[in-house]
Amino acid sequence: MTVSRRGLLGLAGAGAAGVAAGVVGDRLLAPGPQIETVSAAAQSVPFYGAQQAGIITPAQDRMHFVAFDVTTKDRGELVSLLRQWSDAAARMTDGMEAADRGAVGGHPDAPPADTGEALGLPASALTLTIGFGPSLFDSRFGLSSLRPPALIDLPAFPGDNLDPRRTGGDICVQACANDPQVAVHAIRNLVRIGFGKVAVRWSQLGFGRTSSTSRSQATPRNLFGFKDGTRNLKAEDTQLLQDHVWVAPGDGPDWMTGGTYMVARRIRMHIEIWDRTSLAEQEGIVGRTKGVGAPLGQVDEFDEPDLHVRGAGGLPTIPDDSHIRLASAENLNGVRILRRGYNFTDGSDGLGHLDAGLFFIGFNRDTRSHFVPMQHALSSKDKMMEYLEHTGSGHFAVPPGLKQGEHWGEALFA
Amino acid sequence: MKVRAALYVAPLVLLAACSGSKDTPAAAGGPITVEASDDACKVARNTADAGNITFEVSNKGSKVTEFYLYGEGDRIMGEVENIGPGLTRRLIVEVAEAGKFQTACKPGMKGDGIRGDFTVAGGAAKAADANAQLGEATKSYQRYVNSQVDSLETKTTEFVNAVKAGKVDEAKALYPVARIYWERIEPVAESFGDIDPKIDSREPDLEPGQQFTGFHRLEKDLWVSGLQADSPQIADQLLADVKDLVGKAKAVELTPVQLANGAKELLDEVATGKITGEEDQYSHTDLYDFRSNVDGSQAAVAALRPVIDGKDKALGTTLDQKFAAVDALLEKQRKGDGFKAYTELTQDEIKELAAAVDALGEPVSKVAEVVSAK
Repeated sequence: MTVSRRGLLGLAGAGAAGVAAGVVGDRLLAPGPQIETVSAAAQSVPFYGAQQAGIITPAQDRMHFVAFDVTTKDRGELVSLLRQWSDAAARMTDGMEAADRGAVGGHPDAPPADTGEALGLPASALTLTIGFGPSLFDSRFGLSSLRPPALIDLPAFPGDNLDPRRTGGDICVQACANDPQVAVHAIRNLVRIGFGKVAVRWSQLGFGRTSSTSRSQATPRNLFGFKDGTRNLKAEDTQLLQDHVWVAPGDGPDWMTGGTYMVARRIRMHIEIWDRTSLAEQEGIVGRTKGVGAPLGQVDEFDEPDLHVRGAGGLPTIPDDSHIRLASAENLNGVRILRRGYNFTDGSDGLGHLDAGLFFIGFNRDTRSHFVPMQHALSSKDKMMEYLEHTGSGHFAVPPGLKQGEHWGEALFA
Repeated sequence: MKVRAALYVAPLVLLAACSGSKDTPAAAGGPITVEASDDACKVARNTADAGNITFEVSNKGSKVTEFYLYGEGDRIMGEVENIGPGLTRRLIVEVAEAGKFQTACKPGMKGDGIRGDFTVAGGAAKAADANAQLGEATKSYQRYVNSQVDSLETKTTEFVNAVKAGKVDEAKALYPVARIYWERIEPVAESFGDIDPKIDSREPDLEPGQQFTGFHRLEKDLWVSGLQADSPQIADQLLADVKDLVGKAKAVELTPVQLANGAKELLDEVATGKITGEEDQYSHTDLYDFRSNVDGSQAAVAALRPVIDGKDKALGTTLDQKFAAVDALLEKQRKGDGFKAYTELTQDEIKELAAAVDALGEPVSKVAEVVSAK
């Protein structure tokens, strides 16, 4: 019997109790049939499509990111895992349990096929997005000739302080949802399905989005208290996405056409030092006002920054070393990326400070021409770098989306 | 070194005028349209009230143009450059005081431009002349900077001579000592953007193509890789760069707010670089740098102290207490003539120092506001 988490509620409300529904029904009956009115934040996002979901999908509020090492040496076993993962991902993004019979519908003497913590929770706009790291293309699985030239080993940037335990990985999965429990549940179940074939290398939780990827969304704030991603590429910018995000035919190996490259960076923010910085200096470092988020010298958040305005004494109103000037397309030969980062706090640093920051996720068509020059410009000149430390890093080839019946990596392992 | 331009704060302070917490500029009759053509500069109104004045400049001509608002003696109040034909751009200028000004369009972005008179009414009376105490504060800190850069040159010369003579032990002993004077005035040094990276870049922070020079390069030679064929040249270059710095530092003119921000930024240096043992990753002499940053911060605060006491007595007392707390912890780590190596500290001791620096950073971050308050 197939019981979806969402369907479970519907069945219970209708009074049709199967074995599984009966067991949990006691707890779930209470809300009544009106539960079927699902809010936008709770709805499901289609798993199948031309592109993977979780890239231009309106950024959900929560994230759980995981990078895996592949531990099996057997190519067939890896492919079979990718097939199992894809099935489970399709189910979970649709609001169902990871496997048929799920948490409570299986044999009482068997461990449950779903871990159970998302029972009763709606799909919550869960998306699961897979990427393949440079290390997957070594000699183990015969993939070395298929490594895209754009999937470089990222160079060292000034100010990097990368922790090997938060860097790299053969495969990554980005889970985003509007309910943190749903995102964690999805990753946990994928990890479980992968035991013996893959092992978690590192993982990161994000509690609040720091980018909008759609014009329907308000611009959120990062932990510096500033609106972030005002000028981000958005789902509606179809032509710009073609130019700067999606891999075009001929850009690299065919299996990547329609895909994109993901750069993940764990950026520790020295928020304690930042909080001692005056408002005027904070605004000068960012290049925007802290209130409405207008570019300095302008009035509204979405006013175009004017890099040619100068104030008293002829000094640039948006300073030469400010973040928005250096990150602007004007400063980078027109290059843009799609950002999809999340705020995080991971406990404390042992020295009386919060270990907090921004988990940067950016998607671009070619990391060599997009992310790398941008990060070089920022890491060497951006005044904000005084308050930042890059502590983790990953680079992944994110293949295009799949059709029903296909599995993750199908074209790569064909 | 973290690439930090402490004294570059000046333009930001001015910026506060056009940004700050005032997100919306005063409407005051709405934006003033300016029609700029190749031979005319039509400003819709030539009067405005003091406050934020918004110009909307449209280029109706065929040449790229720019628009300026000038104060007395052609002092630039604000400008917008690079306005292509057909484009409209916005310039918001904060004018605090009434007075006579001039507008100018510069078709082709050349020459004095097409001028017009512009009058601003109302606003605050001219601020009283800078407090004599503030003037004394900056002079007193300038004397401190002068004495430190003199010692920096002397000690760097000794260090460089030891390196060139191949006297490794002597050079190792002199390395943290020469850096004392550097670290005490680091924000001043960093305000001269191009010198600081040459003298104080750490290896992990080098930009692509940047040569590894200065103190930390010699630190690596002395402690890790042994003196190299080019170590003497690196040493000579270090001394030349230090001499360059000395000349510039003696000529620099600081404002009280810059002093206050410098004091804060020295503690930020401690919190992000020294407390983590990143600054001197080969010699582990971080505590010398730590001590010197705190000394420098204390000297800047001391210069401002009469001003602080006049405006916020309690802040002065708090500063004394917090500086004393850091001093007490640091003095416990003395060893011989200097300090223990960073690697000899326990995690508890590091944590204790970090907490004391954070506790000191908070009141020091309030000094700029107190000093600039009217």
